[in-house]
Amino acid sequence: MKKKWNIKLEVLGLLLAILWLAPFYLMFVNSFKSKKEIFMDTISPPESWSFDNYIKAFEELDFMQTLFNSLLITVISVVLIIIFSAMAAYALSRAKSKLSTVLFFTFVAAMLIPFQSVMIPLVTVFGKFDMLNRGGLIFMYIGFGASLSIFLYHGALNNIPRSLDEAATIDGANRWQVFWHIIFPILKPITVTVAILNIIWIWNDYLLPSLVINTPGSETIPLKMFFFFGEYTKQWHLALAGLTLAIVPVIIFYFFAQREIIKGVSDGAVK
Amino acid sequence: MRTKDLSYWLFLAPVLLALTLVVIVPMLLGVYYSFTTWNGINTGEFVGFQNYIDLFHDQRFLDSLWFTTKFSVVSVILINVIGLSLALLVTGRVRSSKLLRTTFFMPNLIGGLILGFIWQFIFIKVFASVGEIIGMESLQGWLSTTDTGFWGLVILMSWQMAGYIMVIYIAYLEGMPKELLEASEIDGASSFQRFRFVIFPLVAPAFTVSMFLTLSNTFKLYDQNLSLTGGGPYNSTEMVAMEIFKTAFMQNAFAYAQAKAVIFFIIVAIIALVQVYLNKRKEVEM
Repeated sequence: MKKKWNIKLEVLGLLLAILWLAPFYLMFVNSFKSKKEIFMDTISPPESWSFDNYIKAFEELDFMQTLFNSLLITVISVVLIIIFSAMAAYALSRAKSKLSTVLFFTFVAAMLIPFQSVMIPLVTVFGKFDMLNRGGLIFMYIGFGASLSIFLYHGALNNIPRSLDEAATIDGANRWQVFWHIIFPILKPITVTVAILNIIWIWNDYLLPSLVINTPGSETIPLKMFFFFGEYTKQWHLALAGLTLAIVPVIIFYFFAQREIIKGVSDGAVK
Repeated sequence: MRTKDLSYWLFLAPVLLALTLVVIVPMLLGVYYSFTTWNGINTGEFVGFQNYIDLFHDQRFLDSLWFTTKFSVVSVILINVIGLSLALLVTGRVRSSKLLRTTFFMPNLIGGLILGFIWQFIFIKVFASVGEIIGMESLQGWLSTTDTGFWGLVILMSWQMAGYIMVIYIAYLEGMPKELLEASEIDGASSFQRFRFVIFPLVAPAFTVSMFLTLSNTFKLYDQNLSLTGGGPYNSTEMVAMEIFKTAFMQNAFAYAQAKAVIFFIIVAIIALVQVYLNKRKEVEM
């Protein structure tokens, strides 16, 4: 049965989409204006598309360095979360015992703890061991990210028959080989979900890095944006150019992976 | 693999170490510190429930708790109503369905801090200039009062999260057996009847998931609060997460802030456990 086309619904949808994009439109057009032009008119496109604001914001944000810092932290953390969580979930799903159940529920229960509840002791303890740096930050991301990732992997692993492991073991493969050559490739769809959820979280995270990273030059995008905004709060033309720059990498990512992203987020929430 | 195998522990070691040092130890230490006069360096002395007694007389903390609750209730309702409407719209008879989904979902990919800054510009500058053009006094001075700060946060969160919740409702709507809908159509049900008697009962599980997801997200909100209002004016739009942060790192009252953090944990945990309970009950029914 072919669907009839509901034109009223279509128009309503498109109007809502315009409304939804309005904040980005306003940010974008005003980022090209001068301070005076913004004062006169915030709605129209700029009189001329001058990149002056962007050049200034690019320099002030030390954009290439900041972008690199964000990429570095996100990529390393997400790769390690994937490797370690998949391994842990594999052990928990293959060795069925009371201990595995207790450990699994410990991981799941840890998801209930809000960050603010552990934040103060976490920072003081890691501070004592001189771990308030990027290495410490990545380690913390593994600790906070492992629970949900293990939960998702565990669900997928329970659907993979053990006979597969056994067949490979009989052929002479050890645990490590069985996992990486046979099991992990089958987990690819869930790995994509785990990767996407963790990328979105870590890329955008502000509070944790603000407490952990203290060295100038190693700030991530949200962190740098906060300082930048504080400095240019009355100078909207520069602030908006900075905000636009900060968003560009995310839009590019979304453009290339939107199907996987929407699917990943929906799977992560529903499971 | 058995639990006494070395390989079992080697596979588990990295995450066990990270979880223990990053979540479990700080949580236990935190509970312990909340009964002391800890200042971040010295544990100080044991004071029993003194910090907890104090925080129930702490007007600023209670205000933030009340503000957070009001904000969460209003946001949860709005986000779910808008999210479900959007889901019904994009799964309806429209040709631009994919484009619409992509658009409505987009704000969720961008960090709350950045979204808050963008909306600060809209509320302060754009609202003011539009208000001037169309002569609406009420569009002036947004975010400078408690009420406009409150609604500013609600608008920001509804705009951001509705697309996220939409995605969840879509998953349930698309998982619905098509024959049921077609049958009800052939039987002559109006679109309202179809929604009320066919769609609604089938997406009911999505409500539990979405309501609690929005509730826990709005209750724990920090970034958007920080970048949109910063808690102002006069701390009147300060939510619990921010209040705890300020008590700890601006007033340096570590043990006292930790007691607040423990209360915060208990509230969040209760919300989550109620959800688990409701989900389990539904599974039994099915």
